[in-house]
Amino acid sequence: MIIWRHNRKALILAMTMLVLTACSERSWNNPYPAADEGQNILYQAFTERPKHLDPVRSYSSNEYAFLGQIVEPPLHYHYLDRPYRLAALTAKQVPEPRFYDRQDQLLSADARLEDIAYTVYEIGIQPGIRYQPHPAFARDEQGELRYHELTEAELADKWRLADFVHTGSRELVAADYVYQIKRLAHPRLDSPIFSIMSEYIVGLGDYAKQLKQAYDELSQQQGIAGEDADQPWLDLAKYPLEGVQLVDRYRYRIRIMGKYPQFLYWLAMPFFAATPPEVDRFYSQPGMQDRNISMDWYPVGTGAYMLTENNPNRRMVLMRNPNFRGMPYPDATHPEKVSPQLLVDAGKPMPFIDQVVYSLEKETIPYWSKFLQGYYDLSGISSDSFDQAVQFNVSGEVNLTDEMQDKGIRLLTEVQSSTMYMGFNMLDPVVGGTAERERLLRRAISIAVDYEEFIRIFRNGRGLAAQSPLPPGITGYQEGEQGINPYIYDWVNGKPKRKGIDEAKRLLVQAGYPQGRDAKTGEPLVIHLDIAAGGPDDKSLLDWFRKQFERIDLQLDIRNTDYNRFQEKMRKGNAQLFMWGWNADYPDPENFMFLLYGPNSRAKHAGENAANYSNPEFDALFDQMKNMDNSPRRDAVINKMLEIIRADAPWLWGYHPKDYLLHHGWYGNLLPNLFAHNTLMYRRIDLDERAQLRSDWNNPLVWPVVVLALILVVSLVPGVIAYRRKERQAMRHTVDHAGAAS
Amino acid sequence: MMAYIIRRALYAIPILIGVNLITFTLFFVVNSPDDMARLHLGVKRVTPEAIDKWKQERGYDKPLLYNSAAGGTASVTETVFYDKSVRLFMLDFGQADDGRAIGQDIRERMWPSLAIAVPALLVGLLVNITFAMLLAFFRASYIDLWGVVVCVIMMSVSTLFYIIGGQYLIGKLMNLVPISGYGGEGINTVRFLLLPVVIGVISGIGSGTRWYRTVFLEEMGKDYVRTARAKGLSELKVLFRHVLKNAMIPILTGVVVVIPTLFMGSLLLESFFGVPGLGSYTIDAIQNQDFAIVRAMVFLGSVLYILGLLLTDISYTLVDPRIRLS
Repeated sequence: MIIWRHNRKALILAMTMLVLTACSERSWNNPYPAADEGQNILYQAFTERPKHLDPVRSYSSNEYAFLGQIVEPPLHYHYLDRPYRLAALTAKQVPEPRFYDRQDQLLSADARLEDIAYTVYEIGIQPGIRYQPHPAFARDEQGELRYHELTEAELADKWRLADFVHTGSRELVAADYVYQIKRLAHPRLDSPIFSIMSEYIVGLGDYAKQLKQAYDELSQQQGIAGEDADQPWLDLAKYPLEGVQLVDRYRYRIRIMGKYPQFLYWLAMPFFAATPPEVDRFYSQPGMQDRNISMDWYPVGTGAYMLTENNPNRRMVLMRNPNFRGMPYPDATHPEKVSPQLLVDAGKPMPFIDQVVYSLEKETIPYWSKFLQGYYDLSGISSDSFDQAVQFNVSGEVNLTDEMQDKGIRLLTEVQSSTMYMGFNMLDPVVGGTAERERLLRRAISIAVDYEEFIRIFRNGRGLAAQSPLPPGITGYQEGEQGINPYIYDWVNGKPKRKGIDEAKRLLVQAGYPQGRDAKTGEPLVIHLDIAAGGPDDKSLLDWFRKQFERIDLQLDIRNTDYNRFQEKMRKGNAQLFMWGWNADYPDPENFMFLLYGPNSRAKHAGENAANYSNPEFDALFDQMKNMDNSPRRDAVINKMLEIIRADAPWLWGYHPKDYLLHHGWYGNLLPNLFAHNTLMYRRIDLDERAQLRSDWNNPLVWPVVVLALILVVSLVPGVIAYRRKERQAMRHTVDHAGAAS
Repeated sequence: MMAYIIRRALYAIPILIGVNLITFTLFFVVNSPDDMARLHLGVKRVTPEAIDKWKQERGYDKPLLYNSAAGGTASVTETVFYDKSVRLFMLDFGQADDGRAIGQDIRERMWPSLAIAVPALLVGLLVNITFAMLLAFFRASYIDLWGVVVCVIMMSVSTLFYIIGGQYLIGKLMNLVPISGYGGEGINTVRFLLLPVVIGVISGIGSGTRWYRTVFLEEMGKDYVRTARAKGLSELKVLFRHVLKNAMIPILTGVVVVIPTLFMGSLLLESFFGVPGLGSYTIDAIQNQDFAIVRAMVFLGSVLYILGLLLTDISYTLVDPRIRLS
């Protein structure tokens, strides 16, 4: 009885809480804390936890989604202008290159390429920019850095950055940028762009060797092994780098070898964001790594947001940086090309959103459901939900379904700055080489594999068949008839039309493979596709590829393997036909054409030229083009290069993927920008509309639970009756037996 | 009993070395250190020098199992296997390949796993035993027959179906609880746990009920039950006072052995509900070819399993006075 009394109290309390919860206006299925109600918070999801957030290591779009809001390189891309245009971010302006010859004499801006030995970029940064509050900057009463000599005892209760009570800040200075460039060569940091940057930044390669030696000596002195969590701190300020020079508090110079106009694009990437040395020192203290308190998990910057919670297993939270300088929302250079809604906020200080909460959603179904409930402001479209979200009209245009339109959901589409292609290994004796026979064979296959159909079937129409490696938006890409690949397409009724199978068969005959057989030996021609495809969905894809080859009487042998073996084959140049892709770093044709540059051959030089294509004429034009500024002359060179590779056909040009992005009507100022990383500060939310619609969409439906409970209760009745009958029978049986016995 | 426990602990050492060796061999048959480096460094602009450096920094530049270049004991100790195994036995899990401290991650992630696994186990146990006793009580009747049929049907349905169906029905159509996620404080946490726990319980009813029903029926055929009935006890009293008590040994066998492994979490539930537990941690590590985490989780799983078996043995002595550990 006593137990029941206690339990009764607990039960009443629990029931009261449930009733109170039920009576509150808040939806029961709202996954966010009650304190978030009415707050200016953007809710997004992430499906894959970021591996690195240290700006010197991070190199993927899912990492830049966070990092780009926190750290600031000197330059960025204008949010509204198209074609993409670099603009100053922390820099005073986009730096102009100064050219020098071998004798270090200044040359004119139009100096001949062969005269230019060095290019110098002098970057002046804006004074008064301040870092986010961070414990690494906190100082005590004596003005000493508070958390820079932490003992084990002082660290004992610190497991997150938020456990450090005091924070501080300071002004961004040019030395921080110099420090970060030095970090590219740090022996422990494995910067993915070290290799390419050491080709350009003067002395960076030797600097890495110098740092390695110093680091090894330091490790040895301190008795630290490579696998130990705590590694020594290398004070990079003590080691000058020849190619990077601090001019004064707000200016620094970068000296690069030769002429490399694309270098400016690198200055808009987080690799070149500022890192304060004291932050690096703070994170290098013993015990920090064991607590996952590191630059890789808590980057520090001057951006609009700061990472206040980093639990990549559950959620990550960006808060408005209280020290952010409040950049104004930009005006468009050509307002007539931009939607008027995107210009309403022009001149207003950013950011507009106070907090961004990213929740981990690994599975697409719950992600999609929560988006429809209004708990995520933005969503992609997975193949599971594609038909629910969009439909195509008779003219092939994509539209939202009625259900989506009723909810006020909007659709944004944008062709990515990527290319997904199928490459021939040019070292292969059958399909490789630049002889006419192989060239015709490759062209025939290029015609036969119908990428328009591929996009329709396997990408739900989300893609654009490629005419060359260059996707739309990149200099050199041409719309219309001039832009088609004349070896694969005809221009018919104002549209590119893939040449017919008869043309492909004709080319095959010319190549010496009539009806898919070698004219000399009579043997059927078998093409081997090396692929790392493991999922059940891949079977239909592979069958489709087989059918494409069968259309020209060729046999396709699929050599399916795991990803690692596939990589090994590619590295050794053992594949024959393979599928590959590239996502651009910056909007310049050099960043695509280099994938076919001979000295970048994967098999010979471990470069990014996976097809191992080599054509001296193309290579010479590439060398010329990459050092040119955008101009009609450069366009002409690009066209020549495109003509060469289209004729040689080292790739089946494949397609450029198209992004479909859905967002609720309350989420504004969205404009896809494929190269900008700091886009969150431009966005805004209509909080009232969101709260109203969320409430309308998420009324709890309780009656099915009541009905279910009633059914359960009613279903107990026959059980109870049966039990009583059984007990009575047992008793009667016992009495009968007892009677019989007596 | 102490001697028994010490002996079992010593037996565990060669088992753990064996498990570690098998994990190591299986992992490196499929993945070479070069592959691991490539995966972690990404696919863009990775040079052979960067790969070598990555391996060197993480100790993967040594021979895997036997170092023929080194003499004496160094031929064994100067290997990847030795380097990676010795620390494990001191429960030093080291760092994941992305630099995060594994020990810290495990400490953080075991609580969400437990938050789902413990209630699911307890409620599941209660529900399954109740249903099993009900079926045993109505044995050889239509209730029993249809109960078993329903159990078989429930067993045949994939857990994935329960998860997706539950999320759709309860989270999306009825809007009663959040579809996925984890967190909050107090009653707010319960809102997130309710659906995965309910689904965990429902998905286990079929197999659990059938198993316990079999146990109860076996007990009900024994002489002491007949004696209990003969002395005039009602069927309910027979079931609760005698059958349930004596069926505790096989029930304990099943339950105690899984208690330590509850830490390891549920792979599917955690993944679909976005619960940051150890189950999803392991799956992620396998997908990312993170040997450091895979090795740590397999080792931890083995230790917990051995601990579970030991606890089972000890629990036998508690519920059955006839059993003595020697």
